[in-house]
Amino acid sequence: MSEKKKNWPLWEIFVRSKNGLEHRHFGSLHAADAEMAMENARDVYTRRNEGVSIWVVESKNITASNPDHNGEMFEPAQDKVYRHPTFYHLPDEVKHM
Amino acid sequence: MKHNHLYNYILTIADNSLILAQRLGELCGHGPSLETDIALTNISLDLLGQTRSYYQYAAKLKGEDSTEDDIAFLRIEGDYKNCLLVEQPNTHFGYVIGRQFLFDVYHFMLIEKLQHSPDETLAAIAKKGIKEVSYHKRFSGDWVKRLGDGTEESKKKMQDAIDDLWRFTDELFYMTDVEKAMAKEGIGIDVSTFKEKYYEEVSEVLKEAALTVPENKYFNKGGKEGIHTEHMGYILAELQYMQRTYPNMQW
Repeated sequence: MSEKKKNWPLWEIFVRSKNGLEHRHFGSLHAADAEMAMENARDVYTRRNEGVSIWVVESKNITASNPDHNGEMFEPAQDKVYRHPTFYHLPDEVKHM
Repeated sequence: MKHNHLYNYILTIADNSLILAQRLGELCGHGPSLETDIALTNISLDLLGQTRSYYQYAAKLKGEDSTEDDIAFLRIEGDYKNCLLVEQPNTHFGYVIGRQFLFDVYHFMLIEKLQHSPDETLAAIAKKGIKEVSYHKRFSGDWVKRLGDGTEESKKKMQDAIDDLWRFTDELFYMTDVEKAMAKEGIGIDVSTFKEKYYEEVSEVLKEAALTVPENKYFNKGGKEGIHTEHMGYILAELQYMQRTYPNMQW
């Protein structure tokens, strides 16, 4: 008896809550295929009027960064505040940027 | 009562939604997966919402301090006008889907027409419900295809469910005196006009699901006239228990 046979694959659900905003990760659920994932996402994540658009992606298609590599991945950026574009003087004519 | 026919006609439509909502509600926390559990209870709540609108309208027609709650909770079995199909038990998931599918196709065709009723309240309730019912039909139809065209076991269960429930489909198109009177007045829908279309659409989905369309010619009816199957008493016992035990309780 393989576990594989028993469980549907996992899907990641992205919902756009308003036109003009971006899709945000809302959670994950199980479904046999994309069509079912879409219907399940509609019922699980948008039944309280949370969304206007849904994306579903099978979780196995997402490549995630390895938490063991967090040091080399993210720490070098911690002391480089100058990478924020806040050190430039803007001419007064440019009001909002 | 002045609007006796209209009142009873509203119940004929609304009681189907109430009893099916109650049946689906029984599955809350018992669905085969978290996702289908939520989907089925969503459908239950959609139907219950529609029921409330119908009952509020019926209570207004009846007057005499009548409320939607009285109509839902305080009638005796013979006064419920729902068809036999919706009171059938949640035997297994295929059965739940089969019952839902056979009802949804009918329900969609009914309220599609009801949207154009000259009775503005009925038309408004139908217009609001059509998007919900359209989704119900897609959900149950998709599942019929998945189960029918799935594994050997799912196919057998789905076919058994359709074979068993088929005998309740004819009643959907049986016109009671109330329905005939309301259709004649132009307010109600003559359901016989879409009977052929119903069986065509159902058969099409069943074929796509690699299932056999039943050929039996024996049909049950009675629910629409208040003569129910043995399941109805149990449904009402659960549905009415709180109001019967603690009259006028609220929460």
